[in-house]
Amino acid sequence: MSMRVFEGFKFTKLNTPIHNMDPRAKFTVVMGIFILALVFTELLPLLILFAVQIPLTASSKTLKRWLGSLKGAAYLAALIFGMNFITGASLTFAFSMTLRFLCLISSFSLFFMTTSPDDLGLALEELKVPYPLTFTFTTAVRLVPTIAADAQTVIDAQKSRGLELEKGNLLKRVRNHIPILIPLIVTAIRRSMEMAEALESRGFGASSKREPMITLKMKPSDYLTILLTSVLTALGVYAKLYLPLPLLEIPYHMPKIPFLNP
Amino acid sequence: MIEVKHVTYTYPNGYTALRNVSLTIQEGDFIAIMGENGAGKTTLIKHFNGLLKPAKGHVTVDSKDTRTVSVASLSKLVGIVFQNPDHQLFSETVRSEVAFALRNFGFDEETVERRVNRILGMLDLSEYAEKSPFALSGGERKRVALASVLSWEPKYVVLDEPTIGQDYRQKERLRMILQQLLSQGKSVIMVSHDVEFVADCKPNIVLMAGGRVIGGGAAEEVLTNPGLLEKCSIIMPQVAQLMRMLGESGVGGRVIDVYSAVESLKTLWRGG
Repeated sequence: MSMRVFEGFKFTKLNTPIHNMDPRAKFTVVMGIFILALVFTELLPLLILFAVQIPLTASSKTLKRWLGSLKGAAYLAALIFGMNFITGASLTFAFSMTLRFLCLISSFSLFFMTTSPDDLGLALEELKVPYPLTFTFTTAVRLVPTIAADAQTVIDAQKSRGLELEKGNLLKRVRNHIPILIPLIVTAIRRSMEMAEALESRGFGASSKREPMITLKMKPSDYLTILLTSVLTALGVYAKLYLPLPLLEIPYHMPKIPFLNP
Repeated sequence: MIEVKHVTYTYPNGYTALRNVSLTIQEGDFIAIMGENGAGKTTLIKHFNGLLKPAKGHVTVDSKDTRTVSVASLSKLVGIVFQNPDHQLFSETVRSEVAFALRNFGFDEETVERRVNRILGMLDLSEYAEKSPFALSGGERKRVALASVLSWEPKYVVLDEPTIGQDYRQKERLRMILQQLLSQGKSVIMVSHDVEFVADCKPNIVLMAGGRVIGGGAAEEVLTNPGLLEKCSIIMPQVAQLMRMLGESGVGGRVIDVYSAVESLKTLWRGG
């Protein structure tokens, strides 16, 4: 079990157009990709949707870690592909569903890699989300890398006590993870209780009205991004509903397995 | 013998934690690895049982290359006690926690029982045997973690910051246990920031800074060498400072612990 997957969701401060984009504009882009990925089941549009993200990621200089998060998602992607395929879907459909999943993973990975938790919090506050909720959310995002590091230490500690994760049959392997999960959950709970106490001692929630020190300001390019994304998303949905789509079919079909497809 | 030869290690995020580190640990050695945070101490000890494999260089444990054997089989020789006990405790009772590794290593139940009882007694934990490890205090949890490693009697015992959260009495107890392990011919390697504890133990010290080993030697030599300590941001133990300040009046020398300090002060008074 490698914790490297989380690298693909961790924010690093860089100076690129994507990093400097307003989080609300960026979130619109992610939601656009999200909606379109769910609307389409056809291979071609999903391919385009996936391809669009490559130059975006490249321009934010996070391509390597983005590939890392895709690699991390590979098992699940393979599972989605396999399950679709053996239950009788066409090869095209199985590919499409896998691509849909990868589109979702990659767009969220791009978003979290290029948006600082602080900016995200500010954006949520501007959207009038109650502060305790905003705080919970940003803290959760911020703690992901910390907990990933904890997980690695727990794995190391238990391996040093002779635990072999990859030993035994499937059931045994699942059971092997208990010594990893329990310390991880316990540390997380301990940490959150300590954090709550520290927060309360520093007057968290003392006044209901907060005055932000930094406020987000949308640039013209951000408005343009939102507009463009909304139009493209609307067009996509329109195309799906009313236009005949060019088909891209892979002419192979899994032979029907009787007990799976009654 | 653990041999670390010209080891360089870079983490996946690109951070180089060890640069050309070489170190030999003989059977029966008592070594303290010291240095400031980020010096590479923990990274180094994770190489001893193969948790990390060197990017360059070699680590061999009893002439087995750590690249070629599993962590589990190396761990039977090299027992590492991690810094934070919360990263490993998970069982319902202290007894089963301590037995965990023994069962992993395939000891028969009779041996497991015997060893667990022995180690619980040795670490003053017998009364907690049936309690949940989570119900114990920080210092007690730390001792359970130690017990869970000492239980299988590894030949090399590696401790990462063993004194954190321990009161002075427990530290003295820990020191006795380490002495006991050494007298059984085991090697003890500890990573520690606790200069006072290290001064009391008097091991050989390996100093690290910026991923390199920058010096080492007997505790009396290293802990009285201000220039060397400065490079690792380590402050001299209090007794050593005192004796150094008194140095002008004719006492001092390489004194780092209370007992030797008393001896040399007595000599001073007697001699006038």
